[in-house]
Amino acid sequence: MIVIDSLRKSFFLHLQGGVTLSVLKKISLEVKAGECLALCGPSGSGKSTLVRLLYANYKARDGKILVRHQGQWVDMVKAELRKVLEIRKLTIGYVSQFLRVIPRIPALDVVMEPLQREGIAAHNARRHAEDMLTRLNIPQRLWGISPTTFSGGEQQRINIARSFIKPYPILLLDEPTAALDATNRRVVVELIQDAKERGAAIVGVFHDEEVRDAVSTCIFEMTFDGGQA
Amino acid sequence: MSVHDEGPLLKVMGVTKYFGSRVGCRDVSFDLWPGEVLGIVGESGSGKTTLLSSLSGYLEPSTGTVKYWMGQEGLVDVGRLSDPQRRYLMRTEWGMVRQNPREGLRMRVSAGANVGERLMALGARHYGKIRSEVFKWLDRVEIDLGRVDDSPETFSGGMLQRLQIARNLVTKPRLVLMDEPTGGLDVSVQARLLDLMRSLVSELGLSLIIVTHDLAVVRLLAHRLLVMRNGEVVESGLTDQVLDDPHHAYTQLLVSSVIQP
Repeated sequence: MIVIDSLRKSFFLHLQGGVTLSVLKKISLEVKAGECLALCGPSGSGKSTLVRLLYANYKARDGKILVRHQGQWVDMVKAELRKVLEIRKLTIGYVSQFLRVIPRIPALDVVMEPLQREGIAAHNARRHAEDMLTRLNIPQRLWGISPTTFSGGEQQRINIARSFIKPYPILLLDEPTAALDATNRRVVVELIQDAKERGAAIVGVFHDEEVRDAVSTCIFEMTFDGGQA
Repeated sequence: MSVHDEGPLLKVMGVTKYFGSRVGCRDVSFDLWPGEVLGIVGESGSGKTTLLSSLSGYLEPSTGTVKYWMGQEGLVDVGRLSDPQRRYLMRTEWGMVRQNPREGLRMRVSAGANVGERLMALGARHYGKIRSEVFKWLDRVEIDLGRVDDSPETFSGGMLQRLQIARNLVTKPRLVLMDEPTGGLDVSVQARLLDLMRSLVSELGLSLIIVTHDLAVVRLLAHRLLVMRNGEVVESGLTDQVLDDPHHAYTQLLVSSVIQP
């Protein structure tokens, strides 16, 4: 589902006197359907950067990021912007470390949005969203409230709910359990297991070793100098 | 109105506007597709508003063309339309929300008349139908229906901006141009407007060009972003790409200058 070939990424910082930070050097990897690849390595080794490149949130300098979209391989590095938006809508779900939402929109609407964007009827989308919020232990009294007022752990669960509500063929998870208690960590582990069983290809950064051991099918070691071990 | 999703709704090619020898905007090109939200950011004087005015026909570009998809007629050069044709387009398929709502509203007629007027310009004559459509839109933008006959002079800034949006959207345009729609409003009102614009884009499938200096606004609304400086586009791309991985020195400065609340 995912093939990365000789991927490099560096940041050129104009404001810091033109420093170039080389974060990834020649990364190559492959993830098949039903696999969960855990990115490991010290802080600063480029784990989140790699996840962001896969989502085209960061622009790669060179190399290839091929993803399987609607039966075809598309290179995220070269794809047209409209294609990238389509891939994000249909193929890749991404749980980032931040929840960015418009204030005033209730949690339930935030969670059901990915289904509505696809044209699924509101009552069906709402039912799915309710199931998801229940499963993630978000109390019903919060469903009608904007997540901007939620705690860190609640916001993270909203983020997870909106990415797992749809059976995306590819899931990117950046520290999905960082702010969660043991009960909710277990729920997330179950959700990831379910996704693997239905054939999703998953790439994740899991700080929590217990979670990592439970969900990952392979480990990708990254080194501080931006290479792969 | 036929749904058109095989091509861009608006095609902007090399639009340049000089004021004498001074550059307003230079060589701006982009395509806008149906249902897409394009953000244009940059500091004051970067040419954002000049570009918007050149697109809307309010200013005539010095060079370059703006083409708009007119259904059966295909992509039509907006600069070659006759004045009446262009005015008709502006009143029907395009909307323009100005930074200062007083410029986009008629301050001497009632709030309700401001909204109903655009319908009447399109030939609506049935008073009851116009009135009910006006109520629907006032409700949509959360203006108390008891204020329908009041003069806009008695409205707050946030209410005026929402009234201006209702006036523009009542005719169900396909393309709306917005110039700093949330500028000068307090944050709770801004949030309300953002929520409104987001739902209108998704429900009506309209395309939106939004000029602002507020990066948080484009982050939440725009699919794509143009960054302008000194009249030129210095960087463009997906909104989150441009904001999270800025390449141009000016974009890096812009992004790093935002104060996080």
